[in-house]
Amino acid sequence: MVVVLNGKKVELAEEIQTVRALLASYQLQEKIVVVEQNGDIIDRSRYEKAPIADGDRIEIVHFVGGG
Amino acid sequence: MDTWKIGPYEFRSRLLLGTGKFADLQTQGKAVDVSQAEILTFAIRRLNLENPHEPNFLEKLDLKKYTLLPNTAGAYTAEEAVRIARLAKASGLCDMIKVEVIGDPKTLLPDPIGTLEASRILVEEGFIVLTYTNDDPILARRLQEVGVHAVMPGASPIGSGQGIVNENNLRFILEDAKVPVIVDAGIGAPADCAKAMELGADGVLLNTAVSLADNPVLMAEAMRLGVEAGRKGYLAGRIAKKRYASASSPVEGMIE
Repeated sequence: MVVVLNGKKVELAEEIQTVRALLASYQLQEKIVVVEQNGDIIDRSRYEKAPIADGDRIEIVHFVGGG
Repeated sequence: MDTWKIGPYEFRSRLLLGTGKFADLQTQGKAVDVSQAEILTFAIRRLNLENPHEPNFLEKLDLKKYTLLPNTAGAYTAEEAVRIARLAKASGLCDMIKVEVIGDPKTLLPDPIGTLEASRILVEEGFIVLTYTNDDPILARRLQEVGVHAVMPGASPIGSGQGIVNENNLRFILEDAKVPVIVDAGIGAPADCAKAMELGADGVLLNTAVSLADNPVLMAEAMRLGVEAGRKGYLAGRIAKKRYASASSPVEGMIE
């Protein structure tokens, strides 16, 4: 399936069906990130069950230096 | 002990430090350390998925030692600011937010309408809200009416290093304030920190003046001392300005 991930169209491998699997594919399980899917924030506790669908707009954000 | 509170949180340090634009993480770490800041600001941005494991300052930080103050920088509307604030809070690391709704890319001055609206929504949602605002006493009052936990008037435009350009307005804001007032943005030198604190500000938030100084670590220390000097001067109560001289030595007992 194809999703828009951080503003870019990305073709996901077939086995990536959940937010958790998506994060794992980038080895982000241990990192402090927040996930937004189609405008809704996905709570950490829901990563495992949150399904990803074709055409989803997904944002993965983190804390960077700023004033 | 001269402590102060923002919402439920108590602090000793009155210098809040931004974490942007440092040349490298090592310099940044040292600067943060010597500043003795307890509150550090951050921005929320997309993770670079082409290099998701590049070094990140937050991950090197002892999070028990610092209170994180994420900002809504980059937002030009109240909606964008609220969205960023919710993302920040969802990290589970903090519930404080620096509301920043910019109205113009050249001056980076706040949009007062969007700033007020975003602040109102985020207070309602239970955030501890510190609002970056124009040096406008009436807007500062309106922000307090919607329940912000601190107002943060700019000294001058962000990153400009001009210091306090409207001391008079800052005085009006301070006289009227029921919540902490933090002078945020535009600080250039330790004297600007001292001035803000002498006027009665509760704290100073700065970033560029340290991160882009020739020696950021030394400047971080200088800013801390500027804030401390100004604070002590404020508590000590300065003398009134007089038009003419007043001798420091006794006028009696002169030899003849």
